Amino acid sequence: MELISTLPELMEWGFRGPALSRRRAIRLKLAAVLGFLALWSLVSGVVVVAKLFNPIFLPGPWMIADALWTLAVKGQLWGHVAATLQRVAIGFSTGAALAIVLGLLAGHVRLVRNILEPVVELLRPIPPLAMLPLFLVWVGIGEGSKVGFITYATFFPTFLTTVHAVRRLDPLLVRAAQSLGARPSQLFVRVILPAALPDILVGIRLGVALSFFVIVISEFIGAEQGLGFLINDGRSFFLVPQMLGAAVLLGLLGYGGNALVRLVERRVLRWQYL
Amino acid sequence: MTPKIRIVGVSKAFGGAAAALAGVDLDVAEHELLCLLGPSGCGKSTLLNIVAGFLAPTTGRVLVDEHPVDGPGADRGVVFQEYVLFPWLTVAGNVEFGLKLKGTAADERRRTVARYLDLVGLSAHAGKFPTQLSGGMKQRVAIARALANDPAIILMDEPFGALDAQTREVLQDELSRIQRLEHKTVIFVTHSIREAVYLADRVVVMTSAPGRIKQVFDITLPEVRDRFAPEFTHYESEITRVVKEEVAKTIDGHGRQGPSVHE
Repeated sequence: MELISTLPELMEWGFRGPALSRRRAIRLKLAAVLGFLALWSLVSGVVVVAKLFNPIFLPGPWMIADALWTLAVKGQLWGHVAATLQRVAIGFSTGAALAIVLGLLAGHVRLVRNILEPVVELLRPIPPLAMLPLFLVWVGIGEGSKVGFITYATFFPTFLTTVHAVRRLDPLLVRAAQSLGARPSQLFVRVILPAALPDILVGIRLGVALSFFVIVISEFIGAEQGLGFLINDGRSFFLVPQMLGAAVLLGLLGYGGNALVRLVERRVLRWQYL
Repeated sequence: MTPKIRIVGVSKAFGGAAAALAGVDLDVAEHELLCLLGPSGCGKSTLLNIVAGFLAPTTGRVLVDEHPVDGPGADRGVVFQEYVLFPWLTVAGNVEFGLKLKGTAADERRRTVARYLDLVGLSAHAGKFPTQLSGGMKQRVAIARALANDPAIILMDEPFGALDAQTREVLQDELSRIQRLEHKTVIFVTHSIREAVYLADRVVVMTSAPGRIKQVFDITLPEVRDRFAPEFTHYESEITRVVKEEVAKTIDGHGRQGPSVHE
């Protein structure tokens, strides 16, 4: 658990090398992205010029931009993005809400923990993707199975971090609040919840990442819309730029989702970023 | 006058271990500042936790205004050695905590917070978070938080134990000044004899495990005390002699170095 809470920071800031100013760091990151695009363009350009293999296998970034632009002009792109976003939003928020409520209860009430934890521990090691066909059998090929599947997959990380957060609560904080007159319900709202919030937000961030991970696969099967559908559709009709374009969009959406949670974190956990 | 706090035949044993407290009887008068003094492991913090309602005694009971204690409550404020501020709240938010629980109106809350932050000299730091404060400042916030809730009793568990010597004396001065204004009933746990003589109306020396009351000293020094006055040092050496007997006993009894006592 310790690893989970520190890993994003490590990946973001690193721990070796000289400290860079904010502006220099941003410029460096931007240069890295541009450098990657340049390298990609160069390789696919060489393929075209030297006729190494059919250039359709490795379209350059411009071809992907072109494919996305064409879809956008035809008015189809937004529908796909919206479908994916809607499934993620509904599925994830349901999963996170369930996980936080049950996690707080399980962390706080021993009886609930003893009932929930064994069940969760049994289900958790099963890769969520293994359960997808089951969801299709149960709920059918509609929206229900996709949203439900995201709910299922994102429940686990948020539930576990929430339970953990409540259980490692400093008992002295509870004593301090009690001797200031806190009743059990006040204790829950004013001490347990705010103390658990940092870990809960880590769980939420893991959940967001996971929901973009699983939505694609559930959109491979029996969907008429969504970025996962675009990828699968591109495979059927050999539209490699469309496949890569949808993948790039998924990456951007996932990045945006993570940035959004981090923004909320910085707001809500102002005291941790001093 | 009936005592504010009555501790009647309180003993405490944890699990199958030897008793931590054995038959403690102690009355604390209203507005009295009483210091519990003894080597570490003598059960003085255990006794404080029982009065606070965090622990139940194995036998005996604690009465506050003749009502038995059966859990923590707002009538007994607690100041911990580890400060235990709510890290997600500002200094003002921490001081305000108890008032919010009670549903005090916002403008009255603001006045009370301002008053107690002023009392501990932290008015300029109201908007800071605990991580931005030094240990001494944190403990001032914790004292203001306890006082703002206006409890009749304040229980302090080695509150200055984690502070450096200089800060420690400054906070002793402040507590002594605050007590002259607020007149709370205070039980103050410490293992510093100097601190006890400086602050207490009465010093209760406890025996090493199992904790019992060994001797009680009435400190008849003026309210504002001088750490270098001959009477002060007289109390200090008197109490040191009694405490040393206890420390010696643990060394003889167990054939190893007993817990140390600061002098």
